[in-house]
Amino acid sequence: MYDVIIIGAGVTGSAIARELSRYQLKISVIEKGEDVCCETSKANSGIVHSGIDCKPGTVKARMNILGNEKMEALSKELDFPFKQNGSLILCFSEEDRPRLNQLYEQGIANRIPGIRIVEKEELHNLEPNISDEAIAAVYAPTGGIVCPFGMNIAFAENAAENGVEFLFHTEVTDIRKIPQGYVLTTNEGELQTRCVVNAAGIHADKFHNMVSEHQIHITPRLGEYCLLDKTAGKLVEKTIFQLPTRLGKGVLVTPTVHGNILMGPTARDSDDRESTDTTAEGLAQVIESAKRSVPVLPIRQIITSFCGSRAHEDGGEFILGEPEDAPGFFDAAGIESPGLTSTPAIGCYIAELVCGLLSPAENPNFNGRRTGILDPKTLSKEAYAQLIREQPAYGNIICRCETVTEGEILDAIHRPLGARSLDGIKRRTRAGMGRCQSGFCSPKVMEILAREYHISPLDITKSGNGADMIVGRTKEYIQEVSP
Amino acid sequence: MNSYDIVVIGGGPAGLAAAVSAKENGIESILILERDDKLGGILNQCIHNGFGLHTFKEELTGPEYADRFIKQVAALEIPYKLNTMVLDITEEKIITAVNSTDGLLQIKAKSVILSMGCRERSRGALNIPGSRPAGIYSAGTAQHLVNIEGYMPGREVVILGSGDIGLIMARRMTLEGANVKVVAELMPYSGGLKRNIVQCLDDYGIPLKLSHTVIAVKGKKRLEGVTLAQVDGEGKPIPGTEKDYRCDTLLLSCGLIPENELSKAMGTEMDPVTGGPCVNESLETSISGVFACGNVLHVHDLVDYVSEEAAAAGKNAVEYIQYKALSPENKAALCIAGPEIPLIPADGVRYTVPKKLCTDRMAEKLTVRFRVGSVYKNCFISVYLNDRQILHRKKPIMAPGEMEQITLQKEQLKAVDDLKTITVKIEET
Repeated sequence: MYDVIIIGAGVTGSAIARELSRYQLKISVIEKGEDVCCETSKANSGIVHSGIDCKPGTVKARMNILGNEKMEALSKELDFPFKQNGSLILCFSEEDRPRLNQLYEQGIANRIPGIRIVEKEELHNLEPNISDEAIAAVYAPTGGIVCPFGMNIAFAENAAENGVEFLFHTEVTDIRKIPQGYVLTTNEGELQTRCVVNAAGIHADKFHNMVSEHQIHITPRLGEYCLLDKTAGKLVEKTIFQLPTRLGKGVLVTPTVHGNILMGPTARDSDDRESTDTTAEGLAQVIESAKRSVPVLPIRQIITSFCGSRAHEDGGEFILGEPEDAPGFFDAAGIESPGLTSTPAIGCYIAELVCGLLSPAENPNFNGRRTGILDPKTLSKEAYAQLIREQPAYGNIICRCETVTEGEILDAIHRPLGARSLDGIKRRTRAGMGRCQSGFCSPKVMEILAREYHISPLDITKSGNGADMIVGRTKEYIQEVSP
Repeated sequence: MNSYDIVVIGGGPAGLAAAVSAKENGIESILILERDDKLGGILNQCIHNGFGLHTFKEELTGPEYADRFIKQVAALEIPYKLNTMVLDITEEKIITAVNSTDGLLQIKAKSVILSMGCRERSRGALNIPGSRPAGIYSAGTAQHLVNIEGYMPGREVVILGSGDIGLIMARRMTLEGANVKVVAELMPYSGGLKRNIVQCLDDYGIPLKLSHTVIAVKGKKRLEGVTLAQVDGEGKPIPGTEKDYRCDTLLLSCGLIPENELSKAMGTEMDPVTGGPCVNESLETSISGVFACGNVLHVHDLVDYVSEEAAAAGKNAVEYIQYKALSPENKAALCIAGPEIPLIPADGVRYTVPKKLCTDRMAEKLTVRFRVGSVYKNCFISVYLNDRQILHRKKPIMAPGEMEQITLQKEQLKAVDDLKTITVKIEET
């Protein structure tokens, strides 16, 4: 019998797991994917929103603002990349100025620190590459950028270090109430638990509706992105938004914490929960909209494009806590933007609710500090040279585009919840995330994975079961041809 | 800090030929830095034949061709470091590199030869829409897996792009028992050599669909299929021409990009057309004493020409060092500081390498390489010195996939008073 089972090892589930690991609880995070950060958490803008565009008084506003406040300290404690680069929301015409002012007023109502309206001249001084058509903007200095993978993985690793169990390739098919709590039916058998936390992203409505009469409904809202090579990385310093639309915050142009430029997302409601296909129209729209903000974007330097899905609940609000008719079942559902920003706050909030029910003792061994994978690029030349003397693998460059060493890849494999696939390595170390998109390093990473796990390269996958990288050895398929 | 006269960045065909040439021209102190675990570069995975017809007058495989140069490097006792990645080169020619045994290296060079080769355009750079499953490889990555590692990336194959590596892999995968269903090419002409289309597609009955592209990718975990469509003159898919192909593998052979991150970081002027540094007649970049050759300079079709170009770069680097060592009087006596005359690509010529030349410095004969922008039948390559035509050579066919070259004579250039421009163009009559 578990005390808590968390469904979903995305950033929300992992943040909750990490907060709950402060207590003496038997906790399991169950995840249908092969790794943490496999769905919504892996494909988003990576923005720490200021909170300016949340409607005052909403749960979203509260969590966003609190999450933003916690981010800096948390990024240090858990050692994930975060930068408070500030954000600008652009206004392109005098007609739209009332909307800009309204947004500013909303920001004031939300008590967002330091916000102000900047007029054209200052705007272009702040960001010389912004379109000449932008006439003003709201500047929010507390806006920031974060590595979405880094943050998710940091929460999960720290939770695991503090005793939380993670079960991968485990999919919940049914949940039923029992007097002591809940029974979860999974492909790996039944699991009993006193509490359930539903952090299942775009699937959260399915699990909620298994235990509650108060049905919720989530629509995957797809968003497409294009990523530019680092050589284009300094075109903008701040995150550049446009005035929001009905479907969301619109297409942004932002530097990433790793120095690329990211543009997107589109917003397209989907009825297919499995698909995150990009479309030609969507990618064209991303480019067109992004160029409206920053006309000089070098489109030829796009190195990849992708599509993520936001878990949009019909009510448009985060759903946090127990449904009236399902005590011990805690939702963290409808976590769309500003979800990533809010996770530190959501983690604390849900953990508080769970503790209110279970009244656990504190975990005396809890250690909230986690050290990320050492990136030798951050070291001085002397320190890097010393590191290679101690561990020669740090002198062996595997990914040439992102300069990732074998040492980092070994660390990614052998740390808690270590990477088992190419995508797992990629999200932890950035090997394969550069301009050649793993063309050169994938065979080398496959070799390292096979060696470290003592498995055949034939068993190496891109992203878990079914995503085989190779299908056999040469000569196997040659059929005899009669003369 | 170690010092060398010449440091060669990259031990592929260009780097090897440049190092050999430099040594043969009288420089002793040379170091080759190679990021892979053996010399030879991409030739090592090119196990098909067809290499060396120009250089050795015989048909060699890629590894055999590389081996000829590796043996020369050994015979000439040119030192090299393997598994060594160059991280940075400064304008002052201080090279920072790293490997497991030496750790972090700093090397001072009098002259640097850039020969880092190129990389393949990735799926992301092509912006192909759809899902992002396993099973989508660049043709070169697939070639590495098959020929070096001995693994099959898949069995049911569609190839997008008719670059030479894609064509070679169509045959290679077929010989390994895979079913190569189709090669689709966005352009109305192939990007590869004619001989490769004949020998790798036609001989195996693999269809080549020109003016076609991949408009959809299906499969969540592993690739399950792609949709091809015909494209119009602007490369836009034509509705109604879609055709689905079931496949577990999509190979991409859609162009090569010179790997110039080091060159850009050190501040060499770049040519946006080739993606390589701008060079003069000596293959010297905008930073004096830094030379470029091979696919890092512009993408070649034939390794023979890479070797030829690299040998020139090696020789020129030697001359640079020898010149630098001269006294000021001797330098002046050589009078090689004449003006640099631009070569202007026009009317169908996309670029020229070199981009400019100094008639004082150039050798008696100078090879100028270039590519055309589309297919030309029965047209003429013309060269003008200022407004005067000096060459008008008929070619039955010219295509973007085949590099062209002309030879300029020093004597002829010198004879022109006030030479301002050299124009290379394609003319119909």
